[in-house]
This record gives sequence, C-alpha cells and structure tokens, in this order.
Amino acid sequence: MWRFIARRLLQAIPVFLGTTFLIYAMVFALPGDPIQALAGEKPLPPAVVNALREHYNLNDPLLVQYVKYLGGLLQGDLGETFDGQAVSDVLSGRWTVTAQLALTAWLFELVIGIGLGVWAGLRRGSLADTLVLGGTTLVIAVPVFVLGYTAQIVLGLNLGLFPTAGTEDGWPLSYLLPGMVLGSLGLSYVARLTRTSIAENLRADYVRTAYAKGLTKVRVVGRHTLRNSLIPVITYLGVDFGTLMGGAVVTEGIFNLPGIGQQVFQSIQLKEGPVVVGASTLLVLVFLVVNLAVDLLYGVLDPRIRRD
Amino acid sequence: MEPTKDELTKNKAKNKAEDGAPLLEVEDLHVRFKVRGRNVHAVNGLSYTLAEGETVAILGESGSGKSVAAQAVMGILDTPPAEITRGAVRLRGEELLGLPERRRRTYRGDRISMIFQDALSALNPVFTVGDQICEMYEVHRGMRRKDAKAKAVELMERVRIPSARQRLGDYPHQFSGGMRQRIMIAMALALEPDVLIADEPTTALDVTVQAQIMRLLADLQDELRMGLVLITHDLGVVAGVADRIVVMYAGTVAEQAPARELYARPAHPYTVGLLASVPRLDRRSGPLVPIKGAPPNPAALPPGCPFQPRCPRAEAICSEERPPLIQVGTAGHRAACHFAEEVYGAGSDANADSDG
Repeated sequence: MWRFIARRLLQAIPVFLGTTFLIYAMVFALPGDPIQALAGEKPLPPAVVNALREHYNLNDPLLVQYVKYLGGLLQGDLGETFDGQAVSDVLSGRWTVTAQLALTAWLFELVIGIGLGVWAGLRRGSLADTLVLGGTTLVIAVPVFVLGYTAQIVLGLNLGLFPTAGTEDGWPLSYLLPGMVLGSLGLSYVARLTRTSIAENLRADYVRTAYAKGLTKVRVVGRHTLRNSLIPVITYLGVDFGTLMGGAVVTEGIFNLPGIGQQVFQSIQLKEGPVVVGASTLLVLVFLVVNLAVDLLYGVLDPRIRRD
Repeated sequence: MEPTKDELTKNKAKNKAEDGAPLLEVEDLHVRFKVRGRNVHAVNGLSYTLAEGETVAILGESGSGKSVAAQAVMGILDTPPAEITRGAVRLRGEELLGLPERRRRTYRGDRISMIFQDALSALNPVFTVGDQICEMYEVHRGMRRKDAKAKAVELMERVRIPSARQRLGDYPHQFSGGMRQRIMIAMALALEPDVLIADEPTTALDVTVQAQIMRLLADLQDELRMGLVLITHDLGVVAGVADRIVVMYAGTVAEQAPARELYARPAHPYTVGLLASVPRLDRRSGPLVPIKGAPPNPAALPPGCPFQPRCPRAEAICSEERPPLIQVGTAGHRAACHFAEEVYGAGSDANADSDG
C-alpha cells in the first residue's frame, strides 16, 4: 500500500515537470513583449527595460528561465507579476472560489448523476429511462454558456430561486446555480455511465447467483450490483474533479465569480506568464493528487486490483 | 436459532403430511422467451422426478434448454423475457410455480439450491468468500456475523478447503478454479437443502479437478441425503454418478432411463448418436461418429420429431407426427421416438456397428 503510494508520487514527478514546462514554454512563446505592454503607449527608457528584463529573467534562454522558476517553486515561491505582486497573493483568494465552485458541481454530479443513472438503469426501456437518456443528450449537446445564461435568467432572475451572480451569499447559496451549470455536463456522463453499468451488471452471473441464494431484490441490487456498477463511475468522477477545477472559465464569467479560471484568462491576455504558470501548476498538482486518491479508492472498491 | 427450529419442524410436519409425494417433480414444463416479438420455445414439455438421495442427470447439448429448465425450477428466470407457459414444479408435493415471490424466495438456497458453471463469474468479485457464505446464514437464519462466520469456517472445512479460517477473508479471484467451485458448493449447501441443482458444475475445470469435485458432490449428497439434479453435456461426467439420465433435445425429453440401461441399450437415435460420438475405454472402437447437422432453431421448431432433420432413421411419419414418450424394455426407460422399440431391440447391433 505505502509502496504503491510512494511509487505513484515518484511517477508524478516527471508528469509534473513535463506539464509545467509545456505551459511555461507556451506562455514564453506568446507574441508581444510584456515589459513594453506595462508602459502602454509611452516607450520606457532602455535602462529600465533592461533592469526589468533582468529582474524577470527574460534575457535568459527558455530552459534557464524554466529552471530558475522551478528553483523558486521548490522554495514555495510562485514568482511575481510584472506589476510587482506576489503570484501566490493574486491566486490565494481566487483559489477558494474555484474550489468551492468545483466542489458544488462535483457533489451535484455525484448525487444527482448516480441517482438518475441507477433509476434509469433499473428500468431499462421504460419512460424514466427514455427521459434520462433524452435529457442527458440534450445537456451534452447544448453549449455551457447557453445553459448558463438560461439558468441565470430563468432560475435566478425570473423565478428568484437562486442568487443571480457574485459571491455575496457565500457557500453554498451563491454557488448552487453556477455549480449546477458547471456540473451539468459531467452529471450527464455520470448518469449515462451509471445506467449502462447497472444494466450490464444486472445481467452478470453473480447477480443470478444472488437471486439463487434467496436474497430480496433490494439486497441483490443495493448490495451486490451497485458496488460493482460504481467502479467505472468513481473513476470518471475522480478525473472530472480536476477538469471542474480547471474548466470553469465560462461559468465563472457568466456568474461573475472571481475564480482561477477568470484570473488565468485575464493573465493570458496580459501575457502575465508567472500567473498562468502558477495557476496551471497548482491545477496540475490537484489533478495528480485526485488521481492518486481515485486509484486508491478503486482498490477499495475492487479487490481484484488491490495493491498489497 | 429459534425460528430455524420452528421452521424445520414445520417443514417436517408438512413432509409427513405429503408423504408419498416425490422430493422433486417436474411435469410437462414449458418455457418460452419473447425475443423481438418472436417466440422462442426453449423448453417444450420436460418431465422428471427426483427422489431423496438420488442423482438425476439432465444431458443435452448447448441450447437444448437444460439450463433454462433448471432456472425455471429455481424460479430465477428473468420474466420477462422468459415465461413459463405450462407445467408444474412440485417440491414434496407442494406446487412452486404459482407461489408468491415472497414465499418462493425463502425456498431458494434453503430447500432448493443451485451451483453454476463458472464460479469465477458466479461469485461476486467484490465481496470476500466469507461474506458471501455468511450471507446465507444471516439472511435466511437471522444469525449474527460472528456465529455465521463460525458456521462458514465449518462449511469450508467440509468442502475440504485447506486452512479455511485464514481464507475466509480472501476474495474469489484469490482461489484456484477448483477451490472456487468448492466455495460455490459450500454456499449452496450452507442451509442443507433438500435439492441441489448443479448446472455444469465441472465444465470450467480441468479433468483431474473435475473428478475431485464430482467425488465431493457425491460424498456430500450421501451425508445430507439430498437429491441432486446434475445438468451437463458431458457423458463422461454423468457415467460415474447418475442414477438416472434424462436426455434432452430441443427443449424436450428424447429419452430417459436408469444410467446403466441408457449406456447399454439406448432407445433413441439421438442417444445412439451421442454415445457413438465419444471415445469409450470399455470396448475397442473405430473412428468417432459425430451427429450430422445442428440442433433446430428454437424459434422455428420443425413439425413432428425435432430430431428428424438429423436422424439417420427418419421416415415420413417423423416429419408429420411428434413421437410420444413410450416405454421400452424395463420400467423407467422411455424414449420419444416412433421407432424406439426397434432402436432398443437393435441395441447390441448398434454397439457392434460402432466396433466397425
């Protein structure tokens, strides 16, 4: 068990280096000069430009810049923006917003998605099943901004069921509507995955055995079928948490939530390399940790792949 | 434990009241599947009886309806698409087919149990074998986990699983094929049922392990005095253990006879064909003769005798009239063939033929 965790953490190192370097190189390759951009129309004196370039290591080749950045990172220093703020300060407030949003969306996927999936899977071919299949297809087909604005106008503005935008009401109230919008896509996949998995497992030999043992239907489904059916669903839910953390730009924009997604979007426009790389680095870390957790949970659910 | 004893005495009283009725009686069983609007006739009039301590083998090739019939007897068919259209299944004289599910369920695993072909897929992969055996005691007897565990260890020792106590917490995939089948057997026999239905119990195992499992089943059957319905396509498995054999073809009985009699003097051309298609050690034999053709499509059974298209003896009447089960030779030997008497009479000739 501990060996497995240690090995997975070691495996995470090259993944971490690879992804951060890629992001760093991409920001490096963005056109335009961030130092010139700082000054706007008025050109800066060459001495100032040079000093700034030196300060931000912009005169070094890409690889050297990256290694210097990594060195800072290892000491817990995410670097500095071009207007002199610490990147960690810029990100810290934003981070909690995104985490709360992602968590809300994720819980929504978990509870409603699995619930709908079980409901449909147990009644394959019924009206309930058709409704779930049709509904999820619709949600998958509709772009998230359409869904977002519609939900905001109908549920937030017209019906007044939820706060329309912003974070004044705190968690969970302010995050309910954006969480639903953000989670709707994943929810659809979770529901469909659960449905198929349940329907498949109901035909499995061990289910027939369970009936032959004289167990009630509730016990056969709830105890014997459900746990087997949830194995692929848990994998998806784990990976999706990482996606929710990183993929909330549109939802954060619609509901005016000052999260990581919006920050990264702005920073890309301003060519604020350190912020983009810092935010991405943190996302990569979250992703790696969640994946490890899923792999461990997977072993708990499915003894066949348990590591001893 | 209290309700258990009550229930047992109740059952005993019932058994006495129904004295004379056979342990298990299947009569004219018909099972139909509805598949895409078409009717597939999987079982078309299966009848057999089983006495205490007796072994009846149901012999048939894939698709002959033997597994479906077994599941109908257990009451674990998926309905729909399956439907039992006619027939009776009586356990000590009590009709099971009309029983409400709540009551029927309490019989399953308790009075009539079933084991399946592939124990790896038939056992739940995510629960320990201990969990799965204990479940029988917990659900049917209301036992507490601790007591159930003690019983489970006892049971695993009884089916000769080495170091049973340590292996209680292992998962099915951690056992070998033979040991897994022993777990299945232990689970099925946990409550000492009156009837055990074994659906191809050794097909997924290699030959030496097959023999061990069959011996184990025979020993346990002697100990518990239970009736055993052995479903198989393997003439070799049947030979050593069966008291009586029912040969199924296209969902119906082709022939039934005491085991020795069936091997010595088959009265149905299908049985003759089956015997000619397996190697025998007890006499010199020529090349094995396969039965030509394939079994009929159960969605479109031919009129008359279902074996007629493949039968070397078929005459005009065979495609027109379905042959009834008629008695030949000794009591209990019956065959569904218009020429059963002749085939039976030619018994020694047929054997001579295969000497070739």
